[in-house]
Amino acid sequence: MKFDQPAGTNPIDQLKVVGKAVDRIDGPLKTTGTAPYAYERHDVAPDQAYGYVVGSAIAKGSITRMDTADAKRAPGVVTVLTTLDVAKPLPNGPQNTATLFGGAAIQHYHQAIAIVVAETFEQARSAAALIRTEYTRTPGKYDLAKEEPHAPLKGGSSGEGSSAPPIDRVGDFAGAFAAAPVKVDQTYTTPDETHAMMEPHASIAAWSGDRLTVWTSNQMIAWSKRDLAKALSIPPEKLRVDSPFIGGGFGGKLFIRADVVLAALGAKAARRPVKVALSRPMMANNTTHRPATIQRVRLGANRDGRLTAIAHSSTSGNLPDGKPETAVSQTKLFYAAPNRETYLKLAVLDLPEGNAMRAPGEAPGLMVLEMAMDELAEALRMDPVELRVINDTQVDPEKPNHPFSERHYVECLRTGAERFGWSQRNPKPAQVRDGKWLVGMGVAGGFRNNQLTKSAARIRLERDGRLTVETDMTDIGTGTYTILAQTAAEMMGVRVQDVNVRLGDSDFPVSAGSGGQWGANNSTAGLYAACLKLREAIAQRLGFASPEVAFADGKVTAGSRSATLKDAAQAGPITGEDGFDPTDMGKRWQQSTFAAHFVEVGVNIYTGETRVRRMLAVCDAGRILNPKSARSQVIGAMTMGVGGALMEELAVDKRFGLFINHDLATYEVPVHADIPHQDVIFLDHPDDKSSPMKAKGVGELGLCGVGAAIANAIYNATGVRVRDYPITLDKHLEKLPQVA
Amino acid sequence: MDQAGETEISRRGLLVGSAATAALTTISVADAQPGPAQPAPASMKVTMSVNGKRHSLEIDTRTTLLDALREHLELTGSKKGCDHGQCGACTVMVGGTRINSCLSLAVMHEGDEITTIEGLGTPDKLHPMQAAFVKHDGYQCGYCTPGQICSAVAVLGEIKAGVPSHAMADVTARPQATNDEMRERMSGNICRCGAYSNILEAMTEVAGASA
Amino acid sequence: MKPFTYERAKTPAEAAAAVARTPGAKFIAGGTNLLDLMKLEIETPTHLVDIQDLKLDRIEPTSGGGLRIGAFATNTATASDPRVRRDYGVLTRAIVAGASGQLRNKATTAGNLLQRTRCPYFYDPNMPCNKRKPGSGCSALGGYSRQLGIVGTSDACIATYPGDMAQAMRVLDASVETVDPQGQTRSIPIGDFHRLWGDTPHIETNLRRGELITGVTLPRPLGGQHFYQKVRDRASYAYALVSVAAVIQPDGSGRFAVGGIAPKPWRVAAADAAMPQGAKAAAAALLAGARPTEDNRFKVPLVERTLAAVMAEAKAA
Repeated sequence: MKFDQPAGTNPIDQLKVVGKAVDRIDGPLKTTGTAPYAYERHDVAPDQAYGYVVGSAIAKGSITRMDTADAKRAPGVVTVLTTLDVAKPLPNGPQNTATLFGGAAIQHYHQAIAIVVAETFEQARSAAALIRTEYTRTPGKYDLAKEEPHAPLKGGSSGEGSSAPPIDRVGDFAGAFAAAPVKVDQTYTTPDETHAMMEPHASIAAWSGDRLTVWTSNQMIAWSKRDLAKALSIPPEKLRVDSPFIGGGFGGKLFIRADVVLAALGAKAARRPVKVALSRPMMANNTTHRPATIQRVRLGANRDGRLTAIAHSSTSGNLPDGKPETAVSQTKLFYAAPNRETYLKLAVLDLPEGNAMRAPGEAPGLMVLEMAMDELAEALRMDPVELRVINDTQVDPEKPNHPFSERHYVECLRTGAERFGWSQRNPKPAQVRDGKWLVGMGVAGGFRNNQLTKSAARIRLERDGRLTVETDMTDIGTGTYTILAQTAAEMMGVRVQDVNVRLGDSDFPVSAGSGGQWGANNSTAGLYAACLKLREAIAQRLGFASPEVAFADGKVTAGSRSATLKDAAQAGPITGEDGFDPTDMGKRWQQSTFAAHFVEVGVNIYTGETRVRRMLAVCDAGRILNPKSARSQVIGAMTMGVGGALMEELAVDKRFGLFINHDLATYEVPVHADIPHQDVIFLDHPDDKSSPMKAKGVGELGLCGVGAAIANAIYNATGVRVRDYPITLDKHLEKLPQVA
Repeated sequence: MDQAGETEISRRGLLVGSAATAALTTISVADAQPGPAQPAPASMKVTMSVNGKRHSLEIDTRTTLLDALREHLELTGSKKGCDHGQCGACTVMVGGTRINSCLSLAVMHEGDEITTIEGLGTPDKLHPMQAAFVKHDGYQCGYCTPGQICSAVAVLGEIKAGVPSHAMADVTARPQATNDEMRERMSGNICRCGAYSNILEAMTEVAGASA
Repeated sequence: MKPFTYERAKTPAEAAAAVARTPGAKFIAGGTNLLDLMKLEIETPTHLVDIQDLKLDRIEPTSGGGLRIGAFATNTATASDPRVRRDYGVLTRAIVAGASGQLRNKATTAGNLLQRTRCPYFYDPNMPCNKRKPGSGCSALGGYSRQLGIVGTSDACIATYPGDMAQAMRVLDASVETVDPQGQTRSIPIGDFHRLWGDTPHIETNLRRGELITGVTLPRPLGGQHFYQKVRDRASYAYALVSVAAVIQPDGSGRFAVGGIAPKPWRVAAADAAMPQGAKAAAAALLAGARPTEDNRFKVPLVERTLAAVMAEAKAA
């Protein structure tokens, strides 16, 4: 289905099922432990052996020798395969740089260098420790701050909706900034972060002759199929990838990782199915991470608060041929100003591969831009909400003829301020005290692009009148199962419980997949298209020639004629298959989502510990398909925002070249006690340029800006501005009031 | 705050001692010394009751309770998130008490009564806590969920039994099922999807119903 | 994890003898730290002697008016005991500030005393570490040391003892009771139980080979107000950056020990004596000779400020 003009009224607009807070249809499986995740598929292949992955002990250099004799002799060992057994690095997919396996060269710490396959997990793990490896270490670059001054300009795309050229200029930034009566010019840092999804990367691989099936945990089935076939040099049609349940991804499972490659190679060598999970301590260095940034923002404004000049630059690091963290992307679009400059620099670092993590680009970019806006508001003696309102734009500020499809950022700010009690905020920092707590409020804007992409689905009317939806779309916790069932139910006039949804299988039509908050809108639009096809086919089967065929209450009605869906399928199942093709709709309008985040924090006046007391997000993200699962996406993102603001940081050891805090005890993410009640408000502005669903994404929007809102609240509480994330107590402790 | 200074400073400590160095160019890594053979793996018989059903297993002494459940009994509801007691996804109840099953050896559970998520309810017959999680959307990806639910059930029991917590102002008092209490007590169960606020609502509903 | 054999001992002396006669043998109680380390082959016992059947889980009064807590009493049981809550509040508070509910249900008195450091370099077998591999060097020096020690450390090791329970026991002047393979018992003042690292950071306590902890004895209650304030980045389920265990009397005198900064619960007589002069003086006395790194220099003011918080709370009550 070509989508080449704004959607008119369509069956989704009935909103009988879509738009309702339907409980997740996969809830009973997830809450009873019966949803099958990748490593748990005892049923899919007999005689599974256990693989254990060994990681490199050095960050850069090469392996000179590996002695596997003891490992091979160890009890229960079936086979041992080392990276030296594979002559050269396996080829990567187009979005990746780090070698997954093969060859003697080491690019980063914990690069996979061997797999031991044994009868049991305990035997495989134990034998893995018997492999002796000799390395030649070569010096590496691990210190972003040291590389930053001479890092070259380098643009790029996150592949997830944010991008920027190496340098981009509009008007005369330097002149306008110099002339601006009020300005901010500050440098900020954000740290490396790890996805830390709860389910480790895991796969089972089974060969049948030259055909391979992998049961894995992956967000993007078609990418996985493409990349794994390439890595293994097998034709894609010989490969099936299945991933019906995914224990979290956040971008960390967009691509295949060593688990699936080594399960496949291990299974081939062992001549039997092999299951592999990355151990938790290996995940941070073996897989991808969100790269650290050093960012500079310069804002120039007139005394009335109107921005005249905006510049934002960001430097990140990556392996050779890697991508920059596109942290300036939102700055190109968020606020009006006639004179603008953004640029990205990329240093070569020998740390693990930097790649997408939830809202790549915007997440660290807004942590900085929205702190700078707070600083500007203070310099102007202006309310930070008003400053944002006055600088709103309804068009792309770089291309005034390019309007936003829908943009209700001001409404987000106004609604949030009202609901949060923003007027109670004391604009003078460090004035509000509640016992031992210094209390402050902060606001920040959220921005994230809405990406349109092709997505296909198949829907089948079964003989019993039920519907089966099949698409390679994934549900990584986002609620995809449920919103697809709602879409099918709305389109076909049935109840949600009459729809079976089957996901994550590469034998199904290729969908948008889960990433870049593009999953919900595009995958439901793809199913919408398939449903239109099915409606036609059903009408045809029933001989209902009239164009006015209605699907409601399990019945098909055309004029005076009516039949149940079950009747229609009496002669056999009927299938509709089609896809959503957004043509150039995403280019004709600037399509984005907006949010305003409000946070209240307390900072312990003695210890400097920050605890979040209240959080509110107001989101403008098109039609909300299911307010229950969408709200969960947003509160989950807000929680990740608390982590990013207050505690998450991969600590780089700049001598050995690794993230040293590579487990969940030392890389802290928020726990229950860190998170207060969270409020979410969705504005109701369906976007007819986005798809027939008129929906947009929320999963990343919920994270964008949260960190800055917390940082700004901390400043309001303490009067100490920390520009170096995460804002841990050591960074402001000695500037807090004397207590002893 | 002078962040440029922050990032420029050398990480070299004020304390200068026999710091390790990465300057060595050739290094050899083997966690195990070659030579004397490893002791042979030992296996033992253990009998335990899981969700009311007796199981006798001949099992490697190294097998954790978690792996015994997941790999031997194929009860995969208990999850392996970290295998090091850092996430809580493996939470089960032993004799009614919640523990991290990843940090306990199966052979240490001779005669024990284990309750896993599968023992609380089934998709057709949900335990009230499972039903409350569905109603309040107390999960997203679902991977930490069985551990959250086992913990949630046990936490309400611990509060009733008067077990103290860090959230109590007066540790001699009897705890109540307040928000702060439940948040503190649930903090050993990490949810990276961030369903905490909804989990608390599910627990509040169940706590209210049973109060 | 290396293979090992396993037995369940019947009596404390038998358990001690079993460990003494088997090279590479270790006791296992709750196992929450030992198994964690065995999975990484940082601990590699060849034989485990399980002490769960030794009836060491009792908490009972002593003839001297104190309380004896069995080695195998779980952290939850100890923290929940009404006598502990009433008379030794600092101990309940310290225990419930540590780990998680699940871990406290399994962790024991003895195991908690023997908990090993959380230095990230100790936990990564590829990194040089004098504690894990004597003579290999200390990676934390010049590395990432934000969590690590500022006082009582050495040029060979700057790790900390990470536990909470022992901080309270140190303030309470507890004694660690043991039995050796010959059946001989002894009582070790908790201040002498953990060693400073010196040149031998791999030797962490003064226990002898095969010596089994049977319990911890608390002297008569001290009265006063009991506090345990733990400072950390996240609100729960995290190791202390700094923690202060304190018992403060109405006249402002008292005693305190600080966690998160040293190889052992850190208590200094001169610092106790300085408490009436306030947090600044007491913290200065406690941290005399401190040698922080650039990463953890903040712990110096943090100790003072946390102590000030505790003192302010005492005053307000």
